[in-house]
Amino acid sequence: MAAARRRPLPIWVDAGLLPVVNVLLALSVAGLIVLAAGVDPIDAVRVMLVGAFGSEEAVGYTLYYATNFVFTGLAVALAFHAGLFNIGGEGQAYLGGLGAGLVALGFDRILPAAILIPLAVAAAAGFGAAWAAIPGYLQAYRGSHIVVTTIMFNFIAAALMVYLLVNVLIAPGSMSPESREIGAVAQLPALHVLLRGIGLTVAPSPLNLSAVWAALCCVAVWLFLWRTPRGYELRVLGHNADAARYAGIDVGRTTVLALCLSGALAGFVGVNEILGVQHRLILDFAAGYGFGGIAVALIGRNHPAGVALASILFGALYQGGAELAFDFPSITRDMVVVIQGLVILFSGALANLVRPWLEAAIAPFVRDARGVDAIAEES
Amino acid sequence: MPPPPVIELRAIDKWFGAVHANRGVSLAIARGTITGIIGENGAGKSTLMNILYGLVEADGGQILVDGAPVRLRRPADAIAHGIGMVHQHFLLVDRLTVLENVALGAEAAPLLGRALRAARVELARLERDYGLEVDPDAPVGALPIGAQQRVEILKALYRGARVLILDEPTAVLTPQETDRLFRILRSLKAGGVTVILITHKLREIMAATDTVVVMRRGEVVAERATAATDREALAELMVGRKVRLALDKAPAVPGPPALVVERLGLRDRRGVAVLDDVDLALNAGEIVGIAGVSGNGQSELLEVLAGMRAPTAGRITIGARIITRHAPADPAEMRALGVAHVPEDRRRFGLVAPFEARESAVLGYQRRAPFSRRGWLDPAALSRHCRALMTHFDVRPPIPTVPSAGLSGGNQQKLILAREIAPAPRVLLVGQPTRGIDIGAIEFIHRRLLALRDAGCAILMVSVELDEIMALADRILVMAGGRIAGVVAGADADERRLGLMMTAS
Repeated sequence: MAAARRRPLPIWVDAGLLPVVNVLLALSVAGLIVLAAGVDPIDAVRVMLVGAFGSEEAVGYTLYYATNFVFTGLAVALAFHAGLFNIGGEGQAYLGGLGAGLVALGFDRILPAAILIPLAVAAAAGFGAAWAAIPGYLQAYRGSHIVVTTIMFNFIAAALMVYLLVNVLIAPGSMSPESREIGAVAQLPALHVLLRGIGLTVAPSPLNLSAVWAALCCVAVWLFLWRTPRGYELRVLGHNADAARYAGIDVGRTTVLALCLSGALAGFVGVNEILGVQHRLILDFAAGYGFGGIAVALIGRNHPAGVALASILFGALYQGGAELAFDFPSITRDMVVVIQGLVILFSGALANLVRPWLEAAIAPFVRDARGVDAIAEES
Repeated sequence: MPPPPVIELRAIDKWFGAVHANRGVSLAIARGTITGIIGENGAGKSTLMNILYGLVEADGGQILVDGAPVRLRRPADAIAHGIGMVHQHFLLVDRLTVLENVALGAEAAPLLGRALRAARVELARLERDYGLEVDPDAPVGALPIGAQQRVEILKALYRGARVLILDEPTAVLTPQETDRLFRILRSLKAGGVTVILITHKLREIMAATDTVVVMRRGEVVAERATAATDREALAELMVGRKVRLALDKAPAVPGPPALVVERLGLRDRRGVAVLDDVDLALNAGEIVGIAGVSGNGQSELLEVLAGMRAPTAGRITIGARIITRHAPADPAEMRALGVAHVPEDRRRFGLVAPFEARESAVLGYQRRAPFSRRGWLDPAALSRHCRALMTHFDVRPPIPTVPSAGLSGGNQQKLILAREIAPAPRVLLVGQPTRGIDIGAIEFIHRRLLALRDAGCAILMVSVELDEIMALADRILVMAGGRIAGVVAGADADERRLGLMMTAS
């Protein structure tokens, strides 16, 4: 009986209008805060937009941040399709960077770039996957909830990295906990360098080849989830664990697989940061991206295309927010974080706040276009 | 002037999104009668009763109680006007006693002791007046289902209900409990209570009601005095075309055993035996029916045979494969052995609600060609397969990309049955083949099961509908307390005999 079921909204409302309305709501509330700080909200929005998209350099920074969010956003989305809430993206990204860095530091004097870089990327995936596999195993076979274990593993990862950078990997003679710089063969070329190679001149920015890898990952995740039997099984598990059992899907193995893939995706943050930008192992390079990925996946409705768009939004908030704090002394860095938090709040936790009103507003237009329910009901 | 009807509905309209669930429904119910409301799933009968009980508000129309218009915006309003409802799924607190459950939320005094004393007096009166015996101090969780239902009725009466709505009250009862319920309804009627009975079982309508209202597609299509109509006429009104209720079934021609179960046992986590020493042989070309009150091991038997749970004792033999505690088979292996399974709870196990129908149509077979080739899922193959299933089993709408949850219950069940029959299994396990689906689809599914039997498949069917088991099964096993309590040849079965075996242990 269709009685209690919520009518699905048309796809363009659900995936297009609703998120836009949510972001606008968040920005209006943020506007009040900006106003309280004595800044004209319209001015602030202009500064943020110009800061995020106003120049080649700005776009480069926005996309560079977005690259990290794509990786962690895909990580959260993929796990979510298996019904798993992986909030350990932070630690998995950190470990991914360690993997990439160790390979780069260990082999940059022996191997050529064509072998070394794929190897380092694989190591990032492997380390991220391994870091997620342990909570995955504990969830699948020992009943420890991954929300608890993955967040614990974030702390373990942080402690491990401090130990390694202070005691083991620190560059000889250095005062700060950083490794030596990795060799040029292990560094991913920045996009402005590549574009210069084909005769295009763009302003320098940290944007590097990882962005292309991120785009490929979006396609790969989509293909995996909707075009392979394993992806299908993963989605069955996520939507209906009883049906998975009925269908003979190995719940334990699928759980571990989902978390491994999720961890590998998060690990690619290390590729962008260590091989692409920092060129050395440092502390806290993944800070914030793991948790940001949760919001990105939420806003992107756990779809790779949505994750890509939401990542650009978050990249713009990061980059534009930095400009905002720079331009207006009365707006502190913390207020920028508040603005970002509002976007997360309205797009994530309050995502369905305006849904009933939208449904009511849309209803007169869809009633005549009779839904599937009506047809089924009458058959 | 005659007294006004106790309930009158005028031109009730209700939309759910694009679905017109009630279309200008007008209905008058006379005081002190038993009115049956029947209709297929989705006919709008539950919606109408939910409107009358204040659970949903109508978009248009008027409700009159004793001739005066009322507005029922929440159940509390309905209760204040003397309307009570017993839901299909009971709303009781298992750990509280009967008395506490009845008084809960309607305590007559601020202090619990005094409230309960007052409730006890009132409860005793109600029990005496209407033959609703229940021990007021028994914890509700320890009572049999029939007694829990009486507690629900007592709850409504305690709150002053003069009109009692019962939603599919017999779905969980044994035949004996059903008879008892109907006796209670008659004594309620004698005491001046008006009863509205929602059901899809025609036999109950004939046995218990004074008038019957037939709904179809959100409209009242007929109102009849029960004495002046019969089952065939009502079925035709419900479905909108002629329905043949009786199956003409050729005698079975059993072949060799396809699946043999010996001394099968299953203990749950606490060590309680839910299956105990079960022996049965399923022969090719035969339907074996398992009858029993819900929760006597039938579900577990199906789950073990489907590979969803490993037995803790005994063995299952399928061809050369012997399945035991030490050599269990998972559902994927069972499918490979030719054992297909239509699960009892189709929404929980049988499909994935948000998946497109074509995705649900390969659940359990997702790794087989042509759906999967070299590690890739072929959406075109899924669509082709799904469209073929939908055509053969008359699933509507026949669109492979509709969400599975967008199909009505009957169409979901037809799709699942089609999926499980498609690979031509040697053994088909079917749980509740027609639970909660409409007469037209029931007829269709029954014919398909018989055709499959005649094609040589061994079918094991678990159902709480005795009518269904008696109509289809060639052999009937009755389960009680996890054991086989008796075996009856299908032709010799009658309801009373099965009912006695069901409660034997």
